[in-house]
Amino acid sequence: MKKYILLIFLMLTTASSSSYIYATKTADPNGATTGTISDVTAKTVGKPTIDEIGTQVGHNKIAINMVWLLLTGFLVFFMQAGFALVETGFTRAKNASHTMAMNLFVYPAGMLAFYACGFAIMFGGVGTLGTLGGFDGLNQEVSISLFGHTFGLFGTKGFFMNGMTDVAVLGFFLFQTVFMDAAATIPTGAMAERWKFASFAIFGFIVGGLIYPIYGNWVWGGGWLATLGSNFGLGHGHVDFAGSSVVHLTGGVLAFVGAKMIGPRIGKYNRDGSPNAIPGHNIPMAVLGTLVLAFGWFGFNSGSTLAGTDLRFSVVAFNTMIASCGGALIATLWMWFIRGKKPDLSMMCNGLLAGLVAITAPCAFVSPAGALAIGLISGAIVVEVAFFVERKLKIDDPVGAIAVHGANGLWGCLALGLFADGTYGDGLNGVAGAVTGLFYGGGAGQFIAEFIGVSTNLIFVGLAGWVVFKLLDVTIGNRVPADVELAGLDVHEMGAEGYSGIKLDKNSETPLSR
Amino acid sequence: MKKIEAIIRTSKFIEVRDALREVGIDFFSYWDATGVGNEIEKGEHSYRGTVYDTSFIPRQLLTIVVRDVNLQKTVDAILKAAKTGIVGDGKIFVSEIQESYRIRNSEKGDTSLYNSEK
Repeated sequence: MKKYILLIFLMLTTASSSSYIYATKTADPNGATTGTISDVTAKTVGKPTIDEIGTQVGHNKIAINMVWLLLTGFLVFFMQAGFALVETGFTRAKNASHTMAMNLFVYPAGMLAFYACGFAIMFGGVGTLGTLGGFDGLNQEVSISLFGHTFGLFGTKGFFMNGMTDVAVLGFFLFQTVFMDAAATIPTGAMAERWKFASFAIFGFIVGGLIYPIYGNWVWGGGWLATLGSNFGLGHGHVDFAGSSVVHLTGGVLAFVGAKMIGPRIGKYNRDGSPNAIPGHNIPMAVLGTLVLAFGWFGFNSGSTLAGTDLRFSVVAFNTMIASCGGALIATLWMWFIRGKKPDLSMMCNGLLAGLVAITAPCAFVSPAGALAIGLISGAIVVEVAFFVERKLKIDDPVGAIAVHGANGLWGCLALGLFADGTYGDGLNGVAGAVTGLFYGGGAGQFIAEFIGVSTNLIFVGLAGWVVFKLLDVTIGNRVPADVELAGLDVHEMGAEGYSGIKLDKNSETPLSR
Repeated sequence: MKKIEAIIRTSKFIEVRDALREVGIDFFSYWDATGVGNEIEKGEHSYRGTVYDTSFIPRQLLTIVVRDVNLQKTVDAILKAAKTGIVGDGKIFVSEIQESYRIRNSEKGDTSLYNSEK
């Protein structure tokens, strides 16, 4: 038997090497001569007309944009893994399966809701997809007219992706879906270890299909926050490059409302209101998740140019990197010397993510020094807000989602109004000139537009979230019974432990409220 | 026959094991034991800025069954090897054993404790 396999192998080798001998193109080991004029699509190979060259160049440009869009979209998709690892690492072993399940299920639930109606609401009236070849099928925005100005409310083209077969729009859908999933998975961290899975599942559909897309339309889909500039002269309208408000503030506000309504975990607070520590069960897992998120964030921010031919993405990537390092540095030092005695690792993780969240909106519009300043400030914000939420508001947020995504999403948008340096964004949202903030002589207009944007988010997402959580609470209930919470949600909610076969000291995992 | 139960520091386990081997103990069982007591922890626990105290003290629990003739030298070996002189070194308890059987050949009494065939 062996000798027949050997014989076949030898025959294949001979056949494949002899085909090289008869090939007209010589091998090109260093790549210098691969790709010539004969590779340009033309009627007469090697002699393209000027039109044929132009077509090829245009095609290549869009191809570069599309490759960039999809590659960065895949990176953002990988952030789902980061969220799952961070949230599960910062919570207790008895709830590992449940926390992981929420982070996984938000992907199919949110994605299908986004497919059914979310995408149409958010981008149904966005207009031409310029960097992706000019698809213009997304052209119906429902708007109202007030004071002689048009206020875009939501789009109506593309329900169930009806008629959306263009390569541009499908790639664009993928890219936008993974952003939506990032927003939808933020509340699962703040409400972890006590949220009923059924309630969460319905929530996942609603946030992906309605709450996120409506606010997203106002900022990215040509809605009324985007046109604040062209309508009222407020800078370029509410500018949010990659989603400090659209993605992170939305997630943070939902996390805040949800965690407030569901109440703290059993044992979190003593009778006098002082908090107990409930340490996460796998800090290495959380650190890995943090770094996965930071890796995905390079796609999140740089990909938001929607064009690989817009070389500004290099600035975006640099700003993303420096802001995250600034956030981690200050959060660590702040915990070490101001708020505590140790360089708390969980807060180090939160600090890195805080810097990333804060730079998400301004990443394309600020100078490297501005990005560093934004990151450094975010590090202090995340620690102070985490303490404020835990000790003053008495809201139990196991992973720090409110401080990371809520507070820094808000800070990131306001920072854009302050630090935008006037070198990028000409023509953005229909306003001529680059985006310029208060500190760079742009006046208060841009800052006011940002302020209106985040205030709208707080009010709209806060109210919508409150209504949804309240409806879920009175119908199926948000919170698992106390005995289930003490025993761990894994078996009761999901059917099996996250760590089957491993003995867990469940008693020691819940502190006693004194 | 006597049963010796010794609670020792986790950090002293290797030394005690070697000392017991030297005095001729072929076999003993041990468990990871956790105590709750008043010993002050060296490193203070803190998580996200909240200081907390687990008050769990990790120790090893050794159980050795010996013939009466070997009792004192075994106890002495543990006393010597497990000592640091600081509070928390542990305790040794000695109790009477009524009978002992070797499951393989139903042998009973003192000879079931050691390998006479060797």
